[in-house]
Amino acid sequence: MVANRERIFLMAATIGLFVTFELSNSIFCNTLTARKMLFMNETLARPAPEVRSAPTARPLTGNEAIARGVWEAGTKVAAAYPGTPSTEIMENLGTYPSEDMHAQWSTNEKTSLDVAIGASFAGVRAFSSMKHVGLNVAADALMSFSYIGVNGGLVIAVCDDPGIHSSQNEQDTRMFARFAQVPILEPSDGQEALEYTRQAFDLSEEFDTPVVVRATTRLSHTRSAVNVGERQVVEPRGFIEQPSKNVMIPAHARMQHPKVLDRERKLIEAMNTSPLNRIDPGDRSVGIITSGITYTYVKECLPNATVLKLGVSYPLPETLIRDFCASVGRVIVVEELEPFIEEALLVMGLEVEGKAFFPRLGEFSPEVLREGFAKAGLMDAPKKTEGFDFAPMIRPPVLCSGCPHTSCFMALRALDMRVAGDIGCYTLAVVEPLKSMDTCVSMGSSIANAVGMAKAGTETKPIVATIGDSTFLHSGIPPLIDAVYNQANITVFLLDNHITAMTGGQDHPGTGKTLRGDETARVDYVELVKALGVEFVSVVDSYDMAALQHQLREAMEFKGVSVVISNRPCVLDPVKIKGPTFVVDQDNCTACQSCMNLGCPALTWSDNWFEGRHKVAIDPNACIGCSLCAQLCTSDSIRPLDLQEAANV
Amino acid sequence: MSEVATPKNVLIVGVGGQGVIMVSKVLAQLCQNNGYEVKQSEVHGMAKRGGGVFSHVRFGPKVWSPTIPEGEADVLVALEWAEGLRWINYLKPGSGTFIADCQRIVPPFACRNRGRGAEATYAPQTPEEIIEQVHAGFAIDATTMATNLGNLRAANTVLLGALSTALDFPEEDWLESISMFVPPASIEINREAFFEGRAWAMESDKRVDETAAGLHKAHTDIHNVDIDTVVEITEEWCKGCDICVKMCPERCLRMNDQLIAELALPDLCTGCRMCEWLCPDFAIKITNTPVTPPALEPAE
Repeated sequence: MVANRERIFLMAATIGLFVTFELSNSIFCNTLTARKMLFMNETLARPAPEVRSAPTARPLTGNEAIARGVWEAGTKVAAAYPGTPSTEIMENLGTYPSEDMHAQWSTNEKTSLDVAIGASFAGVRAFSSMKHVGLNVAADALMSFSYIGVNGGLVIAVCDDPGIHSSQNEQDTRMFARFAQVPILEPSDGQEALEYTRQAFDLSEEFDTPVVVRATTRLSHTRSAVNVGERQVVEPRGFIEQPSKNVMIPAHARMQHPKVLDRERKLIEAMNTSPLNRIDPGDRSVGIITSGITYTYVKECLPNATVLKLGVSYPLPETLIRDFCASVGRVIVVEELEPFIEEALLVMGLEVEGKAFFPRLGEFSPEVLREGFAKAGLMDAPKKTEGFDFAPMIRPPVLCSGCPHTSCFMALRALDMRVAGDIGCYTLAVVEPLKSMDTCVSMGSSIANAVGMAKAGTETKPIVATIGDSTFLHSGIPPLIDAVYNQANITVFLLDNHITAMTGGQDHPGTGKTLRGDETARVDYVELVKALGVEFVSVVDSYDMAALQHQLREAMEFKGVSVVISNRPCVLDPVKIKGPTFVVDQDNCTACQSCMNLGCPALTWSDNWFEGRHKVAIDPNACIGCSLCAQLCTSDSIRPLDLQEAANV
Repeated sequence: MSEVATPKNVLIVGVGGQGVIMVSKVLAQLCQNNGYEVKQSEVHGMAKRGGGVFSHVRFGPKVWSPTIPEGEADVLVALEWAEGLRWINYLKPGSGTFIADCQRIVPPFACRNRGRGAEATYAPQTPEEIIEQVHAGFAIDATTMATNLGNLRAANTVLLGALSTALDFPEEDWLESISMFVPPASIEINREAFFEGRAWAMESDKRVDETAAGLHKAHTDIHNVDIDTVVEITEEWCKGCDICVKMCPERCLRMNDQLIAELALPDLCTGCRMCEWLCPDFAIKITNTPVTPPALEPAE
């Protein structure tokens, strides 16, 4: 209890950052009831923060601020699997002193959460971060751990991706928090990202619950000035032997469930007066309820509105919300993605509006809000400005020059296979010119998808599952065992580029390096795959076009599970690869465009023509010398620049 | 500098790997050093892989939203020409400044049309016609300027020099902020690059580099010859070696049930004659006949 009081005191100290707001008389409306007046006066005791950009403030992204908050909270163990937009949180934690904290990449999100849970059992503050779909993977652990509660405080940062910048869906993590009955905090800027993360640990220990801090892409990747604090000293508690709380057999779980409901009641009570939820006073004809980054858009569009900013969107502070709604004319909920708050308020019997004006999909922005507020009659419709009227050139993301995935998919297309794909850079092979991926569902799905296709018995093409090394270690091994066990006739194409490339080059158990760069054991894929019972395993150089096709053809003729491992490092990470540049002999090139089928960004059209088509040229700055285009050239016109020529370029 | 009352909006765009984030960090640091609240927002992930990259920088006494709405950017800085055009409607119509490196990065996607006479589908607008229509604008050959100074990578600093003419901060503050984000060994060259870009843009409100026009010159249509292609395969001579199928750049041939080559997707055939040349058995014959355009019907 003493410890808890100390933490509450610390929370109060943090609140000290907020200054008292003086209410101007002019915003009072005479027609309001006395009750409303009283309520507004009371709630104004916890008003908007002042502009906080002291000269010592550091420019931090939302992710960097969350990491700072984790460190300042005295956390001892942190684990994550990379995933945009959450990746930089753990990358950043890896830069804090190793004496302060163990920080690690885990093989997947569930493992990372389980590592954090273990640390919490052992009595220290623990943390895990992931992207929204990562929580699907970790959900199993979260659901049970919600019943168990914490010993050392446990916080999970989950980064949603409204607008689907780099994901397979835009699910709303707030739904998960309600599902698991754990509190979810939604910071709206870098400063709050730091402060909320710190406070989340206090909440976790005070209410005996894991706590989720939710960011979105826009917050995670926005840099703003953040005032940082010192690292808090938290005494480790040690393991507490209490099986009825820590071991979830049915008898214990039945006893824990009512505690979860009781915890929820206490949290609702506490959130009614928590400074995490606050009111910006203003014009009271309309009250806006919002949370997270959307709050900043609301302030941008309606600087004079009365706003209830919910720092905690589950559980909702019922009394505070009821009083707020009673104190204003009309209530509009502005929330990105799902009508999470709106529906909860409707269930409370409150008359609120929201998704009637704002979309349920995509990322919000001040423009989206202005349109919504115009629909709601709160402002004039935004004027459509007369601008330039032309469609911009298409520039989709492409595989890098020399990417070892390129030849793999080129071979799959040439062999006309049915390809079950997976999550990684190589998913870009779904479009022209590689256009050789038929399905992509979620992390680690490809192999089991291929098993299902094979067992369906309708497929006339050979079936291949393509999966990257990091994804394979994340969740590809159990389905490979499944394929062997059930004697599926498929080929698994393991695209080993020795890194987690898609998220910017993170280490994993196949790289032999830890998050902090220390040497460690390295997975041997051939031995691993053999141990699972695979009889056909071969390793092939992805820069050898002929060998690739040969190996794949042999693998697909094999009856049963065959595994082909392509073996070339990513050209960007851990080191940027740059070999001798290739050049196109302009006199010889017949403009056949075979090399252009690679979609290599170093290949472009020259100003020379042959029979009405552009000859091809190579950008020496972009070319890394993989030689694939030279292997494809039908007229033998592509060769490496010799040293003499290279010196002259 | 004269105080900024409402947030100033600077949008910085380019292609993955060009250094959009470096430019925004320099600007954000500069604004913070001058006592403003700054928000800098970017979206990355897929961006690294040659796609478009953008970064919003907003600064002022108080900044709420991290993003700039369409039509509200005070300055648009483009590290690549076509990316500048993609975002040009984000400029404030009556007062925005457009600064673009006129160098082109043509994506592979723009070189997909295999038809005769086809040009890359790169942005066809010329710098002159764009600069003419904006309030203030610069099509600057920053890449060449930086290359001439001895470091291609200083092109971003040339652009920062041009940007410095649109925002009211002291020269020394710019240089201090730039030196925080470039390698120590290249501070001097970046200093020169900054002054070169600044001096170039100081000359007037609108300027197009003389090399820019050449970079965006439309090609003549002399190659636009309409050709009728006929593919003949002598089945008796084909032994099913598969070479033509594997080598066809358009992937329009296939082996039929009897393992004889056939033209499966005639619409994709460009008449490149690759199969004809490579067939060891002379089983494929390509005839390309120029089509004479029909004489125009006399108007009634």
